[in-house]
Amino acid sequence: MSALPSTEPHHADPLIIAGKRYTSRLLVGTGKYRDLEETRRAVEASGAEIVTVAIRRTNIGQNAGEPNLLDVLPPERYTILPNTAGCYTAEDAIRTCRLARELLDGHDLVKLEVLGDQKTLFPDIPATLKAAEILVKEGFKVMVYTTDDPLIAKRLEELGCVAVMPLAAPIGSGLGIRNPYNIRLIVENAKVPILVDAGVGTASDAAIAMELGCDGVLMNTAIAAARNPVLMASAMNKAVQAGREAYLAGRMPRKLYGSASSPIEGSFF
Amino acid sequence: MQIFVNGETRQVPPDCNVAQLLAEMRLADKRCALEVNREIVPRSAYATWVLQNTDQVEIIHAVGGG
Repeated sequence: MSALPSTEPHHADPLIIAGKRYTSRLLVGTGKYRDLEETRRAVEASGAEIVTVAIRRTNIGQNAGEPNLLDVLPPERYTILPNTAGCYTAEDAIRTCRLARELLDGHDLVKLEVLGDQKTLFPDIPATLKAAEILVKEGFKVMVYTTDDPLIAKRLEELGCVAVMPLAAPIGSGLGIRNPYNIRLIVENAKVPILVDAGVGTASDAAIAMELGCDGVLMNTAIAAARNPVLMASAMNKAVQAGREAYLAGRMPRKLYGSASSPIEGSFF
Repeated sequence: MQIFVNGETRQVPPDCNVAQLLAEMRLADKRCALEVNREIVPRSAYATWVLQNTDQVEIIHAVGGG
């Protein structure tokens, strides 16, 4: 008996970032949840193995005893991806990454974002390139947030970033993939994983990103701002898998006219 | 002497080291990282890093974010 083709290609189709293998192609943020328990349940339902966190001042004084995010998302279980969210200069982003590496005992995978505009949250590309170059030299494994510009994406890859993460639409906008052609061009030209980061609104957006050939999707608000975040996390988990399988399966060609699925032969009418 | 911790003024005894500061703030067993005057202090140096008057201390941790 010949071996049946696998119906679960993701098992043999790992996402590899900086030499480490992951089963899940969905990466999730941890912001905007009601509380840490909801965060924990949503991350669990998403199936994500890589979770993004922000780096901020520790609560001092009255709130010093508050539970810590890393207590509910232990680094022993999840790959923690500290981000430079809120940084508007290369210097602030680099400083944040250095502190994060110290916080996580030398763990050097970081998500670099250098913002350029408070209204759109679009990245400052010159500052992003500058920060990426320095961080790579310092030994960081940089997953970089960028615009959907294919030339910039390639440049970031050439600088040594381990993954390039073009936006689908502005952070937190939920507008879906505004320029699928650019995402596709970026994917076609890339030798490192390409992940859509930001702008996904619902499950179909995540599936489309994967059908375009992206290696993964990173999202936060689409899950956290859903009416039922835990259920949406589950939906995103499935959408990313479905989109990946559809991409690997290869879609049928589009046709202008109908084409019957039932045979004409054998008709008795 | 007076130092600044996360932007707030704080009185500490002379010769106070980083480990003593964190213990005093009940942060000794918390997962955090720390810099003094923008220089990272490794965990292994907490007990030997003596704070100076007007030092700017930043203590950071991980919070929810995307």
